[in-house]
Amino acid sequence: MLRVDEAQEPVEFSPELISKFDEIVSRYPQGKQKSGLLPILHLVQAEFGWVSAPAMDKVAEYLSILPIEVYEVATFYTMYFLRPQGKYVLEVCRTSGCCLVGAEKIMDHIEETLGVKEGEVTPDGLFSWRGVECLAACGFGPVLQIGPEYTFYENLTNESVDKLISDLKAKAKN
Amino acid sequence: MGRKLLLEHINVPGINTFDVYRSKGGYASVEKALKMTPEEIVEEVKKSGLRGRGGAGFPTGMKWSFLAKPEGVPRYLVCNGDESEPGTFKDRYLMTYIPHLLIEGMIVSSFALGANTSYIYLRGEMMPQVRILERAIAEAKAKGFLGKNILGTGYDLELYVQPGGGAYICGEETALLESLEGKRGNPRIKPPFPAIAGLYGCPTVVNNVESIAAVVPIINEGGDEYAKIGIGRSTGTKLISAGGNLKKPGVYEIELGLPVEEFIYSDEYCGGIANGKRLKAVVAGGSSVPILPANLILKTINNEARLMSYESLSDGGFVSGTMLGSGGFIAYDEDACIVRNTWNFARFYHHESCGQCSPCREGTGWMEKVLHRLEYGHGKMSDMDLLVDVSKKIEGNTICPLGDAAAWPVASAIRHFRDEFEWHVTNASEATSRNYGIAHYADPLKIVETA
Repeated sequence: MLRVDEAQEPVEFSPELISKFDEIVSRYPQGKQKSGLLPILHLVQAEFGWVSAPAMDKVAEYLSILPIEVYEVATFYTMYFLRPQGKYVLEVCRTSGCCLVGAEKIMDHIEETLGVKEGEVTPDGLFSWRGVECLAACGFGPVLQIGPEYTFYENLTNESVDKLISDLKAKAKN
Repeated sequence: MGRKLLLEHINVPGINTFDVYRSKGGYASVEKALKMTPEEIVEEVKKSGLRGRGGAGFPTGMKWSFLAKPEGVPRYLVCNGDESEPGTFKDRYLMTYIPHLLIEGMIVSSFALGANTSYIYLRGEMMPQVRILERAIAEAKAKGFLGKNILGTGYDLELYVQPGGGAYICGEETALLESLEGKRGNPRIKPPFPAIAGLYGCPTVVNNVESIAAVVPIINEGGDEYAKIGIGRSTGTKLISAGGNLKKPGVYEIELGLPVEEFIYSDEYCGGIANGKRLKAVVAGGSSVPILPANLILKTINNEARLMSYESLSDGGFVSGTMLGSGGFIAYDEDACIVRNTWNFARFYHHESCGQCSPCREGTGWMEKVLHRLEYGHGKMSDMDLLVDVSKKIEGNTICPLGDAAAWPVASAIRHFRDEFEWHVTNASEATSRNYGIAHYADPLKIVETA
């Protein structure tokens, strides 16, 4: 849900980000710029790690639409984070095909390894994790994805998850 | 060996690049189609008997011929790449490894429909595929197959890729159009159908990725040739994405009419059940189609071999049959727990319901709660009747088919595996349920020995 209970930092969009917005809006007919809302929210999330209320207000201003039109979209789709997350969000598919080959075991292993429950952030701010619905990779399960590139890791085992986590820790240090 | 029309060159190194794809005969259908009239192309697609590969199976050529053509109003082609049906992953595979096939199909189809701007709508999770397609589009444009005055014929086409935000419901065509307009993915009330008022209120055709890709071999070989492949009204080839407890899960292109038994057990396809286990059940066309026990998926109620075709799989209606759907094939071995799997599906549909219609919004959550208590050892014998009753109250009472999709797996699981649900009422507990869905009960009569 939207966090209106606490003050959120104002955001500024860089000229580079705005030029990406402009390119997206150029794909639609004149006056239909609202079509760019979903791709633009993805770009905002990639930049800031989540979509805050001030960021959504800015997007509304850019697209010349009402802030509520942005809020209703951001709260409807599951990919937009409405609160801060870990730098890396491990999203494990938890639907039938992946569960048949051990997705639930992988989620339990991640919970144990990271020491945080689904939706929480590790104390160092590096990781959070959650189960997500079908990622369309049922033949290669269990799978997880990590944004903002949404790279896939297939045929997971406890060992491959351990390696992935230690690689990400090393990457964050550099 | 069945004929391969879509995946013939999938293993050629570099087939994702324009030059290699072109060297294998790629984009020939564009050269051929731009010399035909749009009506002739629609006629070829009609002759091919191609049926929508997204799940509904509606004849593609007929869908195209419904498109309204008022003067001075743009028309749109939108490709539906919102592949989120559990069990289905063929479109992701196709776009990842042979993206130019989809782009080639988009150019031919857009020309046939008179569209000058087309969109490929992908689920937001497919960001790698967004990048793959955008690169391929840039290549095709640099070679003169997209943009202004394609191949000097005077035909203009701009093609864009649009990511969604992670919502299964956007696979429903009117929800997809809402999402493409930057709104919540709430399905529209039909009529008007998109062919009359679709994207931005203009005439629009929405087709699945695989349907559009299939237009390429149809134009290359002719609709009549395409119609010779397959069986009866199930013409052509179909991509089947096989997952679950199979030896060789993956994406396979089959000629429609292949026996189900051959698909599961032959080495050319899935190679049998993993770990030498026995087959217990199959979901043949994505999570929304009725689940069938092993004996009914291999043979129809009349003891004929069940075939991979629209007609054979649905033989027996919903009492003893199922549907081809999107080709999402999930096999369950003897260790799989049907109750837990049904709960998993119900949770999926509850999570993905857009919330617009009360029967779906409330009913899916209700079914999920009852199935959860059954799985965790708090169920009652009356729960099964309750679930069937709730599923009947959802089915057919919603704007879009998500309500039906949520109701069918629950109703069919109880129809075919009621004894397993009953076993859960008397025997399951919190402790057994934490065993990751390993079956606590198996009826030997419903289980088929591995060949």
